[in-house]
Amino acid sequence: MRVYLETSGKGPTMSTEITVTVNGTAHTEAVEPRLLLAHFLRDVLDLTGTHVGCDTSQCGACTVHLNGEAVKSCTVFAVQADGAEVTTIEGLADGDTYSNVQQGFWDEHGLQCGFCTPGMIMTSEALLKQNPNPTEEEIREGIAGNYCRCTGYQNIVNAIGAAAKAGK
Amino acid sequence: MAVATFGESVKRTEDPRLITGRGKYVDDVRLTGMAHLAFVRSTYGHANIKSIDTSAALNAPGVIAVFTGADLQEELGGLPVGWMLPDLKQPPHPPLAYETVRYLGDAVAVIVADSAYQANDAVDLVEVDYEVLPAIVNGEEATKDGAPQLHEEAPNNIGFDWEVGGGDYAEAIKDPDVIVVKERIVNQRLIPNSMETRGVVADYDVGKGNITLYTSTQIPHLVKLLFSLVTGWPEQKVRVIAPDVGGGFGSKLYLYAEEVVAGIVARQVKRPVKWIESRSEAYVSTAHGRDHICDAEIAGKKDGEIVGIKVDLYANLGAYLSTFAPLIPTYLFGLMLGGVYKMPNIDCKVHGVFTNTTPVDAYRGAGRPEAAYLVERMVSRFAQEIGRDPIVVRRKNMLQAHKNGREVTTGVMYDSGDYKGNLNKALEIFDYKQFRADQRAARREGKLLGVGIATYIEICGMAPSAVASSLGAGAGLWESSNVRVHPTGKATIYIGTSPHGQGHETTMAQLVSSELGIPVEDIEVLHGDTDQGQFGTGTFGSRSLAVGGAALFNSLQKVKAKTHRLASHLLEADPKFVTFSNGTFAVEDIADKTLTIQEVAGQAYAAANLPDGMEPGLEEVSFFDPQNFAWPNGTHICVVEIEQDTGKVEVQRYVAVDDFGNVLNPMIVDGMTHGGVAQGIGQALSEQAVYTDDGQLLSGSLMDYALPSADMFPMMELDRTVSPSPSNPIGVKGAGEAGTIAASPAVMNAVVDALAHLGVMHMDMPATSEKVWRAIQDAKEAQRAARATARAAK
Repeated sequence: MRVYLETSGKGPTMSTEITVTVNGTAHTEAVEPRLLLAHFLRDVLDLTGTHVGCDTSQCGACTVHLNGEAVKSCTVFAVQADGAEVTTIEGLADGDTYSNVQQGFWDEHGLQCGFCTPGMIMTSEALLKQNPNPTEEEIREGIAGNYCRCTGYQNIVNAIGAAAKAGK
Repeated sequence: MAVATFGESVKRTEDPRLITGRGKYVDDVRLTGMAHLAFVRSTYGHANIKSIDTSAALNAPGVIAVFTGADLQEELGGLPVGWMLPDLKQPPHPPLAYETVRYLGDAVAVIVADSAYQANDAVDLVEVDYEVLPAIVNGEEATKDGAPQLHEEAPNNIGFDWEVGGGDYAEAIKDPDVIVVKERIVNQRLIPNSMETRGVVADYDVGKGNITLYTSTQIPHLVKLLFSLVTGWPEQKVRVIAPDVGGGFGSKLYLYAEEVVAGIVARQVKRPVKWIESRSEAYVSTAHGRDHICDAEIAGKKDGEIVGIKVDLYANLGAYLSTFAPLIPTYLFGLMLGGVYKMPNIDCKVHGVFTNTTPVDAYRGAGRPEAAYLVERMVSRFAQEIGRDPIVVRRKNMLQAHKNGREVTTGVMYDSGDYKGNLNKALEIFDYKQFRADQRAARREGKLLGVGIATYIEICGMAPSAVASSLGAGAGLWESSNVRVHPTGKATIYIGTSPHGQGHETTMAQLVSSELGIPVEDIEVLHGDTDQGQFGTGTFGSRSLAVGGAALFNSLQKVKAKTHRLASHLLEADPKFVTFSNGTFAVEDIADKTLTIQEVAGQAYAAANLPDGMEPGLEEVSFFDPQNFAWPNGTHICVVEIEQDTGKVEVQRYVAVDDFGNVLNPMIVDGMTHGGVAQGIGQALSEQAVYTDDGQLLSGSLMDYALPSADMFPMMELDRTVSPSPSNPIGVKGAGEAGTIAASPAVMNAVVDALAHLGVMHMDMPATSEKVWRAIQDAKEAQRAARATARAAK
């Protein structure tokens, strides 16, 4: 990790060089130490599928996988992801083939406005990895850290159930 | 995908981009040279601005400019009110306050910087010297003598006094057999919380003098019109684009200060500018919903006959009038006080009151949930008072089924409905008798189990423009469509509605497909870009299919008429003998004489062989304005179990039987019902905006405001009855708000039912664990005291 000062503009800004592998591609960028991973993905790498829905780490719209674990990317600094592997919603499908969870969301009408969807899908992927055969109650508890205001969660629960079934 | 039919659950065409992260919301718009805005907002509920020092902010890294309200006073104008009432007080509403701030979050200045981080850093460097004034946040208290005053134009903080009614309530309760039951009904303030906050990107074209606003809105065309009226910017030079919009629930149905400021600032700095609302900012700067304090009375006889209802309502408007604020607690509330009942006498008075709080406007249901909650709570309260089953009382007072218009006490005309049939279906699915037996058994085991029933009817399909205009609407409420069939027989349509989760790209394509026989994948649905098509009104009030879908249907009939005439001409057949089905024109009894609609479309453009007088091309526009509103209705039944020791309420079962008229896409309608019900349950059990007396918002972030999560709900059981609406040619009624309207009274009736044997008669929302636990303790204490009194009397 390299740290240097930029002196352009009205004052010095500290930058840190990081390398993060996102969806299989390594990216080396100089970033402010305070830059959130969510903003790194969106504003530096232009991967705008990761959404920011709150400023208190409640809503879960920004959920991505960091070294295989679901994290709220608004709660991680980009510099903390230095050297890590990140998977975002853009990296989930295999070419034109959706993951079981993505397909489940489409088949079961698990989304309406779509804003919470990327985070909800990334959380669901992690949930099914830990528990490939969850009960309804386990699904509801598993996604309780992600808010959706459109669906009443019912078809999201159905979508995850369908994905679990398809994964067998 | 093939040709779709009306009534088929077509999978959504929006979803492939949304499940892969390829949607495009406002924050995803990136323009060359784009700068970022951050607003400096009032930290007090009520204060005079003595001075603003922006010098430190101007010297901060990346800052391009800082504008105060005084700097832009001329250019910004004042925010408009879109609905008039007699004697409505309209105090000026500057987009940036320059003399006085009247609520926490009132914007006083805006920073323009190279990055969003830098803009937000500079906010803290702006020094505003405030003279703090006394504040008032309660809508009833604000009207009393000595209360702090917000606007000199509105003495006693009263924005309007309004009334509606029918029959003669005062006379009706003189009957000695009539019992009057009174209750104070509070409908708490809510914060809408669409998952995408608001945001705007303003792109100023220096050469042409044009402005493009990308904004997260439900009403792009009205934003264009209102922005033009407010700023004086010529309307033809204003373009508004609503890209993918992440929910609205009514809260994106207005012209907001930030949209105006962004447009003006982009012109000032000659760069595109972006503002994305943070969640905590949204809690103070995006309109809130509900906030009613109401003295209610219901009157009836011992046999269960209800003779009337009386309401005296203090509706909190917040600090200023938001665009549709005057409409929500008046017509959308008062006209619905009869519910699905005969309700021969209605007396409703409404006082709209300014307070030092965020402006209040439409939130999912908008006036109708408040009315349904009040009516259904009072009907159950009345049944409890006279010791009768709430179902029996409801059935005794229900309107008879009707198919084509029934005038009710408030003077409006319900379109169609079979209210008893709907109730019966819900009871059958639920098995009410069995539940009462289970409840008795549960009580013997010390469990608190309750059932709540709520019926509802709502005024939807917002149009008839002439009626709306006579009631105060500042714009027509019709809807529009444009259908363009291309020479290859594929189609592009432009709709005037503006979806933000409702799936119009799917349902409108489905309607085109079912009428013209063109496969869904050959149809592109455009919306939300004012330069792409004709004016439209937008998406709110469960109106999109009932008004916009009807406008589309009418355009499709014009396309069908033209292609039928052209096909008959090309087939050299009498039009009487030319049939059209599944996209193919055929001549009766002649097997090989057929033309597909694609072939006919090609001929319409080739124009080599057109009938006399027919113009080339294949494109039709329709503007539809119905004669009446559409009136969805239904019955919802909820079971709750309450934990004795903690007061925690769990929703165990939820049955909803709705009458949405004809249903185009059942999957989408069910999905909207789930979401609506969830929002209603959220209001009943957890959500509440709380202000301190001096105007600080305690529930000021997602950490403090209890938004419902997935573990709060059971699987909802949905069913339908169908009474086609005579208000539009496709017989639909609208489904976006129904769940929210019915759910809060259904849940609260269940909570009270679970505690009824303890003597609980009413409880205000939200039924939090603490509130319920206290009610249980108070009821037990009252029972102990009553027993002691009885013993002493012996």
